[in-house]
Amino acid sequence: MSDLADLSIVEAAAGLRRGAFSAVDLLEAVSRRASITEAQLHSYLTLDAAGAKRAAEAADAAFAAGTDVGPLQGIPIALKDNMCTMGIETTASSQILAGWKPPYDATVVRRLKAAGAVLTGKTNLDEFAMGSSTENSAFGETRNPGNPAYVPGGSSGGSAATVAVGSAFGSLGSDTGGSIRQPAALCGVVGMKPTYGLVSRYGLIAFASSLDQIGPFARSVEDSAMILDAIAGWDRFDATSIDGPVPNLAGSLSKGVEGLRVGVVTELMGDGIDPQVASAVAAMIDKLSDAGAEIVEVGLPSSEYALSAYYLIAPAECSANLARFDGVRYGHRSEREGTTEDMMAFSRAEGFGPEVIRRILLGTYALSAGYYDAFYGQAQRVRTLVRNDFASAYEQVDVLVSPTSPTTAFPVGERAADPIAMYYSDVCTIPSNLSGDPAISVPVALDDAGLPIGFQIMAPALGEELMYQVAAAVETLAGFSARPPLASSEVMAP
Amino acid sequence: MSNDFDIAKVASLARIALTNEELEQYASQLSVILEHAERVQALPTDGVEPTSHPLPMVNGFRPDEVTECLDRDSFLGEAPDSQDGQFRVPRILG
Repeated sequence: MSDLADLSIVEAAAGLRRGAFSAVDLLEAVSRRASITEAQLHSYLTLDAAGAKRAAEAADAAFAAGTDVGPLQGIPIALKDNMCTMGIETTASSQILAGWKPPYDATVVRRLKAAGAVLTGKTNLDEFAMGSSTENSAFGETRNPGNPAYVPGGSSGGSAATVAVGSAFGSLGSDTGGSIRQPAALCGVVGMKPTYGLVSRYGLIAFASSLDQIGPFARSVEDSAMILDAIAGWDRFDATSIDGPVPNLAGSLSKGVEGLRVGVVTELMGDGIDPQVASAVAAMIDKLSDAGAEIVEVGLPSSEYALSAYYLIAPAECSANLARFDGVRYGHRSEREGTTEDMMAFSRAEGFGPEVIRRILLGTYALSAGYYDAFYGQAQRVRTLVRNDFASAYEQVDVLVSPTSPTTAFPVGERAADPIAMYYSDVCTIPSNLSGDPAISVPVALDDAGLPIGFQIMAPALGEELMYQVAAAVETLAGFSARPPLASSEVMAP
Repeated sequence: MSNDFDIAKVASLARIALTNEELEQYASQLSVILEHAERVQALPTDGVEPTSHPLPMVNGFRPDEVTECLDRDSFLGEAPDSQDGQFRVPRILG
């Protein structure tokens, strides 16, 4: 391990406390890595070099003064650009917010700062987190670290890619239908969606409020647990945050899987799953069995309809949430002549990209008089059936497993003109958003083309301790240590 | 059902000014997406309660205390136009 940028958070945190290197050294290492990888990758929209330097120096000063606020002190972390950062441009990858500098920090940003983290900058995403490839960004797409001709997944593609190559030690993303777990799978890192309400959404630019959750990307399960630990917990600014104890993850990572009942979701292992993905997932299930877990086949029969329900519920909520972008209080205002109502319609047409417009129109239609019950109402009843399926499954098993994504990364442009094919990328991840339960993706193997395969572990609401326990075991059993070619020393050589 | 929607009306409800060409394009894309979405209607849901939210939400109460809030200038500074401490918009009537 010759470069500091390749350390895990656990290793970096230990080194800082040994005095082996400083927080400024860590920041310089990830900045150097970014200067090599960004030209091909484009994981960042904004690098806050000055702010990061101040934070790194403050962390070093704190260490020198004997102050230690926890394992993230001095660790460089990146933020998806749909989280508000005071005074730092926050765009959600949309022209409608280009240049906008929020007057406040999101709660997760405040918590990372309080934990001593060094915030490196803002990462690229599909506009307003709507997409599965990070191709829908108004500021250019992000590429896959394993092969720049491929997408990194999305919508949090920038946050996944930066962690994979080491231009940050960890990052935050948001997951509405798989937007953390799917890019984590496609980039070969650990990505996790918490139980709905475990992490405050205050300051997250809303897409679909009943589904959105913020969660961490990291290069190891333990690193992921450390970041989640720093951001979880009740927040008075988010009425949907859970007022209760937060999971104790540190204690659960080494417990193994002996005696645990692991459910394999039949519907997510069959048609439509790429054979190489299916075989890597099956191989991991065998290893879990060898390690003492009891493997049980379980069905989630309604999951077949989950994708369709999601593509009514999420657009319906997005059409309401994005009504706020009207050219009055912030963001783009059209120069065209007209009344205030004209100005709003012109500003929105000029500011939103095609996928966002598609979803707003779809949601507006699904909520309009005469169609509400047939579409939105029915989708909400299907959501109940999906939740009931999970509830019955968890009567038989402790956790559920499946592939994270039905395929590995696909070539840039391949699905751009086919929304349905793109939507299908999230078929394995969407059920957990509808249920509100936690889920995590752990990389387990590479396919023949050298692209990563993710293994998804799902748990009941607030079952994070058990979920991380299984995730840590999967990580050990997989022995996955592949680093993307973009982060390799050959690329780094001048 | 997916073929009878009035795309111009939907765009107007959504306050997005689209050209006729754009409207046609979105109409054809949306009809494909709606065909898939309509699959939810195949599932019998008689007597199933809708889920609007993953948490059993009830009203959250808190003491009505004066706390710090963001100052007006920090918001108005990011607005496209403002005057006398208020957001400014074009004329309201056509």
